[in-house]
Amino acid sequence: MTKDVVLDHVSIRFGSYTAVDNAHLSIQGGEFFSFLGPSGCGKTTLLRCISGFVQPTEGRVLIGGQDMRNVGPNKRPTALIFQNLALFPLLSVAENIAFPLEVRGVSRKNRRRRADELLEMIALPGTGDKKVHELSGGQRQRVAIARALAADPDILLLDEPLSALDLKLRQHMRTELRAIQQRVGLTFIYITHDQGEALTMSDRVAVMNAGVIEQVGDPKTIYNRPRTPFVASFVGETNRIPGEVVSQHGTTVTLSTPVGPLAGQSGGGRDHAPGAACQLFIRPEQLVVAGDGASPNRFAADCTAEEFEGSVQTLHLKAAGLPLRLCRMNAGNVAVAGPGAGALTLSFDPEAAIVLPYGTEADAAA
Amino acid sequence: MNRTAGGGLFSLGYALLFFAFLFGPLIIMVITAFNSSSFPRVVPWECFTTEWFGVLIANQRLMWGLWTSLWIGIAVVALSVPLGLAGALALADLGPSWRAGLYAVLITPILIPGVVIGISTIVLWGAIARVFGAGYDSVIFNGIFLTLLGQVSFIASYTMLIFISRLQRFDSTLTEAALDLGATPGQAFRKVLLPFLKPAIGSAAFIAFLASFENYNTTVFTILSGNTFTTALASKVRLGTDPSLSALAVIIIALTLIGAMVKEADTRRRERLRTGRMARAGVYASPLVRLVAHPAAVFILLGALAGLAIWQGGRHDASACRAEILREKQETQQRLLREQQERMRQFQQQSPAVAPAPGNNPSPFGGAFNPNSLAPPAPAAPPAGANPSPFGGAFAPKSLAPKP
Ligand SMILES: Nc1ncnc2c1ncn2[C@@H]1O[C@H](COP(=O)(O)OP(=O)(O)OP(=O)(O)O)[C@@H](O)[C@H]1O
Ligand SMILES: [Mg+2]
Repeated sequence: MTKDVVLDHVSIRFGSYTAVDNAHLSIQGGEFFSFLGPSGCGKTTLLRCISGFVQPTEGRVLIGGQDMRNVGPNKRPTALIFQNLALFPLLSVAENIAFPLEVRGVSRKNRRRRADELLEMIALPGTGDKKVHELSGGQRQRVAIARALAADPDILLLDEPLSALDLKLRQHMRTELRAIQQRVGLTFIYITHDQGEALTMSDRVAVMNAGVIEQVGDPKTIYNRPRTPFVASFVGETNRIPGEVVSQHGTTVTLSTPVGPLAGQSGGGRDHAPGAACQLFIRPEQLVVAGDGASPNRFAADCTAEEFEGSVQTLHLKAAGLPLRLCRMNAGNVAVAGPGAGALTLSFDPEAAIVLPYGTEADAAA
Repeated sequence: MNRTAGGGLFSLGYALLFFAFLFGPLIIMVITAFNSSSFPRVVPWECFTTEWFGVLIANQRLMWGLWTSLWIGIAVVALSVPLGLAGALALADLGPSWRAGLYAVLITPILIPGVVIGISTIVLWGAIARVFGAGYDSVIFNGIFLTLLGQVSFIASYTMLIFISRLQRFDSTLTEAALDLGATPGQAFRKVLLPFLKPAIGSAAFIAFLASFENYNTTVFTILSGNTFTTALASKVRLGTDPSLSALAVIIIALTLIGAMVKEADTRRRERLRTGRMARAGVYASPLVRLVAHPAAVFILLGALAGLAIWQGGRHDASACRAEILREKQETQQRLLREQQERMRQFQQQSPAVAPAPGNNPSPFGGAFNPNSLAPPAPAAPPAGANPSPFGGAFAPKSLAPKP
């Protein structure tokens, strides 16, 4: 069974410090939901609030429609996988996994059977009698997941569980986690500061900054339609061009910028008055070296450096003193523009650029 | 090269001195326990004897005190371990500003001299007894009760210190994980925190027992008219010592050694089990060695050795040797007596006028030569006023003095 989680205007304060500021969103049952944000932005605090270790200073947490105010951590249908895993060092692997069953009074034999089943599921059969410290980082990771699943929760909370692993293992565990989620069909609430992780695994992502949830959406929306400058620059690489609004037609805004007039989409569908200071965000892979054709958003730039990574080529450019980056797939021909090739003409699709005002607050509405 | 050799020599010498300083008294004490001389000493060696153990056991006051001390020690452990644990847990859960204050309060009993704790315990409970009008036969005037309270009041602080240092290494997310997985706070405490604290509970209990057992300063007041082992021992020493105390030391040293060896065997076994090296290490591959190295086997072996020593010691009869020593002593006395009489006669022939020499100088051999055995025949004694010998004082004049 799956349950939804509703954060109803939740604020969490430690003294005068606000760790979470007015979080308001709902997570559907069976969803893989991620909180993405830089270190110290209040992700762990929010998760601890959902699992019952921290009480919200304001607002309510509802799980399956039920107010969790007076429900202790051991009574909530959540299982938390801690940032440091918190496996019991004195117990064996099987005893760790069977712990939630033990405290419920399941018989020793049934406990062991369930532990062995779960070990099978996380592809660690036969390791039940080992001690926790005899396992590798990735294996411990999986044991922690198995232990949480043994508690038979409706909602699994994961606090940066992959951050301690090396790149290869992390990528492997991403697929594994996603597979486990789809197999057991639970609500997963996942915390990470790694945007790649959030984008690849999640159904929806909430981007947090300094206690504030700036945007909630599916990975494509978050990446392609950021609503705030923070989301635009925190998720993925981007180029920023400052300018002044000239006109707006529908959602298309025209700016006058140091490199010339440029058009983009108004982020979050805001209306901009002419003359307002704004900034235009364009992803490096959306910039193209234009031919002579009559495309919009054309401007000249000099190439200062080139990085060749095999499949991908990155050009470091300068246009009217602004540093820009351009990424493209390797086309296979040697005669691509590089440093010293003189002035290049760049262009981009107005649909792919986002225009945002400075210092946008999250006028969030999930 | 010279320097290293010199340095090596120096460290060796230092190490020897160090161990002599540490173990010298113990070794001497052990030797004196088996010397039949009634004053604890190594030389002159008289007879090998085990009778001092018998004397020790026959000492009712000491044995009863030992029994009392054991019970008080067990009760102190039972009280101060949970109290110390509670204090440590309270400190761990408190905010930093409260923690410093409570810590200072909980730690003061260690800093207060034991004498003060002892006296204040009786004063306080005396006052309480007056308030409630309790008589002298009530529990408030029971020495064991007061000793328990007095000792627990500071031993609980020791145990608390042990628990604090262990708790500092506890990862509190483990408790949270247990709660999160559905454990009640009680279950989280029993299944996660207590197992982690187990070694600390062991050492706290051990230290609490030792601190209680060897405590004198507080106990001497709170025990009132009763006796624990330490107070009985102290009053015995005040009246003069005999080798039965050395015998006691031998017993304590033996118990300590056996305990230490069993513990060591246990630690090594755990270490091997933990690292899984049991099967790999060549020596332990043999099941016989593995069996012998088991702490229980070590305990049984050492216990059997001690039992054998006791049995053999019980059968040892020093009376023949003692009689021999006695005879030797008597002969020596006789010879000295004769020699002295001889000298006296010569001296009297030379100059009859002599200053009187009282025969009561303290003698270094005083106790050794049993005066009773010697009761010299009155006629053989020289006249009191005629003792001119320069050696007179040195050679046991007490034994020469006529017994009334
Ligand atoms: N118990 C507490 N008392 C006071 N401040 C706290 C407490 N817990 C967290 N904070 C503060 O709240 C802020 C957010 O902390 P949190 O642990 O939620 O960050 P995070 O987003 O999980 O960061 P990271 O990615 O580094 O784990 C931090 O500035 C932290 O100092
Ligand atoms: Mg965190």
